[in-house]
Amino acid sequence: MTHSEAVATEGGFADPVFDSQAVFAAIMDAFARPGKIVDLGARATAPAPMPAAAAAFIATLADFDTPIWLDEGLGQVPGLVPWISFHTGAPLAGKPDAARFAVLSDARELLDLGRFALGTPEYPDRSATIIAVLEGLDGGERLVLSGPGIEHEAFMEPRGLPSGFLAAVARNNALFPLGVDILLVAGAKALALARTTRIRSA
Amino acid sequence: MYIAVKGGEAAIRNAHRLLDDRRRSDRSVPALTLDQIVGQMALAVDRVMAEGSLYDQELAAMALRQARGDMIEAIFLLRAYRTTLPRFAAARPLDTFRMRIERRISAVYKDIPGGQLLGPTFDYTHRLIEPAMADDPPVDEPMRRLSEAENCPRVTDILGAEGLIEADGQAGSDGEPGDLTRDTLDFPISRDVRLQALARGDEGFLLALGYSTQRGYGRTHPFVGEIRIGLVDVEVELPEVGFPVGIGRIRVTECQMVNQFKGSAKEPPQFTRGYGLVFGQSERKAMAMSLVDRALRADEFDEERTAPAQDEEFVISHSDNVQATGFVEHLKLPHYVDFQAELDLVRRMRREQERPREETESVQEAAE
Amino acid sequence: MSATTPTYAFAYLDEQTKRMIRRAILKAITIPGYQVPFASREMPMPYGWGTGGVQVTASIIGPNDVLKVIDQGADDTTNAVSIRAFFERTAGVATTTRTTEATIVQTRHRVPETPLAEGQTIVFQVPIPEPLRFLEPRETETRVMHALEEYGLMHVKLYEDIARHGHIATTYAYPVKVEGRYVMDPSPIPKFDNPKMHRSPALQLFGAGREKRIYAVPPYTEVVSLDFEDHPFRIQSFDRPCALCGADDVYLDEVVTDDRGGRMFVCSDTDHCEDRRAKGFTGEQVHQEAAE
Repeated sequence: MTHSEAVATEGGFADPVFDSQAVFAAIMDAFARPGKIVDLGARATAPAPMPAAAAAFIATLADFDTPIWLDEGLGQVPGLVPWISFHTGAPLAGKPDAARFAVLSDARELLDLGRFALGTPEYPDRSATIIAVLEGLDGGERLVLSGPGIEHEAFMEPRGLPSGFLAAVARNNALFPLGVDILLVAGAKALALARTTRIRSA
Repeated sequence: MYIAVKGGEAAIRNAHRLLDDRRRSDRSVPALTLDQIVGQMALAVDRVMAEGSLYDQELAAMALRQARGDMIEAIFLLRAYRTTLPRFAAARPLDTFRMRIERRISAVYKDIPGGQLLGPTFDYTHRLIEPAMADDPPVDEPMRRLSEAENCPRVTDILGAEGLIEADGQAGSDGEPGDLTRDTLDFPISRDVRLQALARGDEGFLLALGYSTQRGYGRTHPFVGEIRIGLVDVEVELPEVGFPVGIGRIRVTECQMVNQFKGSAKEPPQFTRGYGLVFGQSERKAMAMSLVDRALRADEFDEERTAPAQDEEFVISHSDNVQATGFVEHLKLPHYVDFQAELDLVRRMRREQERPREETESVQEAAE
Repeated sequence: MSATTPTYAFAYLDEQTKRMIRRAILKAITIPGYQVPFASREMPMPYGWGTGGVQVTASIIGPNDVLKVIDQGADDTTNAVSIRAFFERTAGVATTTRTTEATIVQTRHRVPETPLAEGQTIVFQVPIPEPLRFLEPRETETRVMHALEEYGLMHVKLYEDIARHGHIATTYAYPVKVEGRYVMDPSPIPKFDNPKMHRSPALQLFGAGREKRIYAVPPYTEVVSLDFEDHPFRIQSFDRPCALCGADDVYLDEVVTDDRGGRMFVCSDTDHCEDRRAKGFTGEQVHQEAAE
């Protein structure tokens, strides 16, 4: 047994039924209230540098029906692909637009959201959800969010967003009802940006 | 003093207790055993398995007993259990060529290799209630003969060898059949999913639709190429083993309908097919299914879709009796909130109609 | 014959099914008012009796949730009792009749009178999720109409009502437009409840099991009932208050008290009514009895 096969079987949910329920409840809350930071806990551990929140998301929502795209950085992480395969059965997507979920370790990848499945006018739900790994969800530039799920305005201060991110989000907004949905993660924390969430500088 | 009705839980409990009582009925009469149901109500068990989409005679018998003989209720019980079962694999296509045949008839040839075999059929019985059925007189053992090692080619294979009938349908690109119980249903759907829906579909609904095609609502010029009933092996491909492994044997009824020929300047004419395959012994269902399958293939043959049986969305959306009975019967649930909304509107509109009349009348009175 | 003893999972659904439904719920939330197709499962209760709502609830509920189930606004109607018992049995969760105590409210035909709060989720049972269904029965057609935002037919229908009856003749399942984009069926709630959906702090989820659709309205989302400038949307009004608690801003049930035309009107929302009476509010029935 190679090293990566050995670790692949570890780091899954201790209690798949209740762990995935708890993680999903937090993710649903995040998408229902864009900008709200939720804690997905240290329930799943994938090979580093895949953060706990991304591992929990994948372990909760991915399966053999959901091809996953990993950016170049994550694609090369030893043991990560076997980990995903063992714990979820999800296949790797051959190209970005075939993925239901994409995990990006390089935030600059967020600038080109049009590479991913955006849905179709009849089926806008057939679009990707992007999980982007950031340095942190606080301490960065203050941004103002508005849209469904937000009473008046919400704020977020994620660290490590690339310049040009606001324009990329605005392009995604303009596609509505098509477009991708985004989950920003750091450690065990996550915050969601729905395709309807508009962002501007404070 | 008005007090809102309470005690829903007690009412439900008591209703179910009464239901149990009625199901068991006279306690001095022995209860039905599952063996009795499987053996003596076999065709009811078959229908429950077919439309319940689960081949398990014992569970179907339990469901029938629990449902007091209500077929759709028993089908529903089996479906609700089926949905909780894990999926291990998709079986290889059943090879009905290798069926251990109990009945096999063709209407298109007088005689066929392997012969016409009537088997256990109601055909040619005179429908007179037998006085013997009031009792349990001895029944003769059936006549038996050694199975001949003779080949029983399918009639469609015989026609196919001459190129006289279209080829069998092709599996999807990945070879995996669709599954409407696991995937979303987006019309138009492929023929494999359509056949699955028909195989689970309500026998009465399909019977009526099949009948309607014979009366001119989407006519397909059907001939029964062959009906065969018997046991077939179910095999699963196991990647670890490398060859197909038999996991059991089930009884099925297969109907190959030979239909209206098609051809063009480029392609020589060929007969077309309608296909029916049903768990257990159910000729009526298999035949109706094959008529409806063929009618639903209208687009493939550039036939104009004008009749109900040709309308895929209509047929498939309404063929499932568990869905149909649920929605029809849900009308008995309380709807008084919505009815109140309607009452309010109707009263309001009636008042508005009365008002102008009263106003005119009072004006007249004043003038008098 | 060997006995088969079925065993069932937490909240009945297997994990694969929950994942599929959870993915549908997330897309429903990010595309407010759009009906997400999902591979609805066969439930141990009939289609049309809340299988969609039950699947949604089963996919979101956890051991710390507190569930309230209502039908026609009441916790004690038989189907509400039955669905509540289903979750007590399969998920062992706490249940309540108090709207304020619930984290999840599953409902058929009403939105509670007590305003829902942030952190609560309301799950609607939906029989026909397609608001255009009775204008165009084909799913293949209505799907394109939604894609093209082609809702003229709906306005024509409502306007024909006005021409014929002097009113928009839709009194329940009154269509709404969500966030200015999708026309949505709010489920067969009386139109009285439509305004409660508008910018509600709660998450609103809708499940249609037989029709295999899930949709959602996130918190603080625009939900506008369709209307015309000369015929603005109006909710039902009652010309008397609840006979038990005196509330005059609620939806009332008409109770036939005898066969001589006797009627009384009481709150449809049983929890709201009990809560008010516990706080000392009284209606005309109590006044009459005091006078006797």
